[in-house]
Amino acid sequence: MALTPVKKQTPTFTASVSAAAGAFAGLFVGTAQGSGLLGIVVGALLMAILGFVSTGLIEKEKIVRAVVLVACGIAGFAIGGLPAGIIGALFGLFFGWFVFWLATGRYRSRLAPYLTSGQVLWHFTFRVICGVIFVFLITPILVVMPLSFNAQDFFTFTPEMLRFEAEGYSLKHYRDFFTSDQWQSALRNSLTIAPMATVLSVGFGTLAAIGLSQPHVPFRRAIMAILISPMIVPLIISAAGMYFFYSRIGLQGTYFGVVLAHAALGIPFVIITVTATLVGFDRSLTRAAANMGADPVTTFFKVQMPLILPGVISGGLFAFITSFDEVVVVLFVGSAGQKTLPWQMFTGLREQISPTILAVATILVVISICLLTTVEMLRRRSERLRGITPT
Amino acid sequence: MKFSKFSALAATTALCAPMAYADGHMSNELTLVSWGGAYQSSQHKAYVEPYLAMNPGLKVIWDESSAEAVAKLRAMNEAGNVTWDLVDAVASDSMRLCDEGLAEEIDHDNDLAAAPDGTSASDDFGALLVSDCFVPQIVYSTTFGYRTDLIDKPDSVCAIFDLDKYPGKRSLQKRPIDNMEWALYCDGVAKDDIYDTLSTPEGVDKALAKLDTIKDSVVWWSAGAETPQLLADGEVVMGSTYNGRLFSAIAEQNQPIGMLWDMQSFDLDGWVMPAGLPEDRKARAMDFLKFATDTQRLADQAKYISYGPARASSAPLVGKHAELGIDMAPHMPTDPANAGNVHVYDYEWWADNRDDLDGKFQAWLAK
Repeated sequence: MALTPVKKQTPTFTASVSAAAGAFAGLFVGTAQGSGLLGIVVGALLMAILGFVSTGLIEKEKIVRAVVLVACGIAGFAIGGLPAGIIGALFGLFFGWFVFWLATGRYRSRLAPYLTSGQVLWHFTFRVICGVIFVFLITPILVVMPLSFNAQDFFTFTPEMLRFEAEGYSLKHYRDFFTSDQWQSALRNSLTIAPMATVLSVGFGTLAAIGLSQPHVPFRRAIMAILISPMIVPLIISAAGMYFFYSRIGLQGTYFGVVLAHAALGIPFVIITVTATLVGFDRSLTRAAANMGADPVTTFFKVQMPLILPGVISGGLFAFITSFDEVVVVLFVGSAGQKTLPWQMFTGLREQISPTILAVATILVVISICLLTTVEMLRRRSERLRGITPT
Repeated sequence: MKFSKFSALAATTALCAPMAYADGHMSNELTLVSWGGAYQSSQHKAYVEPYLAMNPGLKVIWDESSAEAVAKLRAMNEAGNVTWDLVDAVASDSMRLCDEGLAEEIDHDNDLAAAPDGTSASDDFGALLVSDCFVPQIVYSTTFGYRTDLIDKPDSVCAIFDLDKYPGKRSLQKRPIDNMEWALYCDGVAKDDIYDTLSTPEGVDKALAKLDTIKDSVVWWSAGAETPQLLADGEVVMGSTYNGRLFSAIAEQNQPIGMLWDMQSFDLDGWVMPAGLPEDRKARAMDFLKFATDTQRLADQAKYISYGPARASSAPLVGKHAELGIDMAPHMPTDPANAGNVHVYDYEWWADNRDDLDGKFQAWLAK
């Protein structure tokens, strides 16, 4: 839907904006090739020429874009073989579209007609900044994934991998994870500790949140602050404290000790999420239930619980992930018999840099994505059932 | 209160001790602490698997905490809750633990197996028994590996200081030990004078000044796995690490890496038993220790990793690599061909000067 009629832009405008984009891309390509400065200059120059030329060739857009695509692909191939060729072609695809998007003035069509040039510029700059932040957050995770299929025992993109040859890739690190006793016992420990810690955190955290939301409880703020403190106190301090305390009462190095420690770490998350949902909870509902003869327990499970359930579930999810990801406290409170996955990954990373860690990381990332997707879908479904349109 | 409880406990232990020994009651769990990686798996295959075959009901738990063994044992001791039965430690750590009373003293001749020809254990280990609490397993060395495809073959350790002939980054361990000695050696100090020079403030400055010349080209490592990774990546062209790690990268992973044995720094690694274990656990740990440090077991370990067995009687039994079938003797740091010019690292000097030099080294690093 065009909001604003488009009009052709001047060659100078197209050339200068393209040059800026070219300089940005050139910075990365140049740095990878050894000289960032040269990359900026060459990128800006090439893109300026392309921008300038294409303003005059708007009628032949398809042909010019195809030529740019092929040229960039070939240039990439010449620099670094097939993988660079594909990246080059992607660059070509983007910049071919980009210059014509500028030159024809299409970029303006979806924006309100009264915006000034400055506002239009900010509109797109803002999106670029968001995109860059997203890339910085997500790239480290994405880089790990192909490395986990490495046929070698190092964190290295081998020449075979970069040439996309089948022998450069293997599933041996995944096989190693599923067949090694150490990894399997670590997985088992994590899978027995995390759910138990989650159950405890959710139980205690929900009760605490409900209790603390009653206006007549004395010292509410102080109690709240103490219960939240495991989130604020540096983990290493809590861990050292727990170590000495648990040692004296015989809990150090036991399964139950680790579960308790992780439950203490998970409780703040549950309290915070449940308290947040309780803010929107209408207390007259509990009075109405009492009026109809329901005792407090029935009221809680039939009236209050269903309404605060989203908060309980997301709190529980955070508690689970905290326990599943935690390495500092378990190093202190656990003994080798309670070695969890993060512990095993930590020692593996320090003593033997093996891509098995990356295989495990990839599996965990996939599981986390599935878990979060499921929760989000459940949330939307429940909101739909209750007649709230998801935003 | 605390004292009376403790003495009561001690009295009970003392009363029970003879009984525990008498019926040979041994714990069914054994927690071993080691370094992880290829080294720990060589211990598992050479000692633990045969021991488990002899003792079916036993459960062995590995803890990869040797890097922080001293700190953790101190904390365990303070908390009165020692969960480890045997700890694999380097010689200098074993001396510190022994001095602090955190490690059990071992009667080497009575507690350990004699050599097959009847030589007593203390003669068999010889000079390697550096502490009363220490049972050596292996001799390893910290030495250099280099990328065979990126630089020319260096023939002296001083190649690390020669940026013109061997350009590129090099990786060194983030500690003063070895680095200071190599720096002085390459600055023209005679090998025998290294520790005398290093004992003076001028000597320390001299060593740091030499290290200064390559500071911008150094990647500092703290875990043994880092240098092989950096070399495989091509991020460094040469780097120091434990010789077994380099062997594994070269022979097992087929990386384009070569060994530079010149001025390799020998060190020992062995078992330490935490002091004050309950009798049943102590009996189990002693039984395992006797088995795991006999002549055959130490020789077997060399099938899996290229570290030299600590017993003289094990040396002739060193055979071929268990999977690759290559002769292991030429890959041992103690092999005459590799040990032409070695750096004998002085434990005692470092035990006395470590804290001081650590401070200076860290300050230099931060500059």
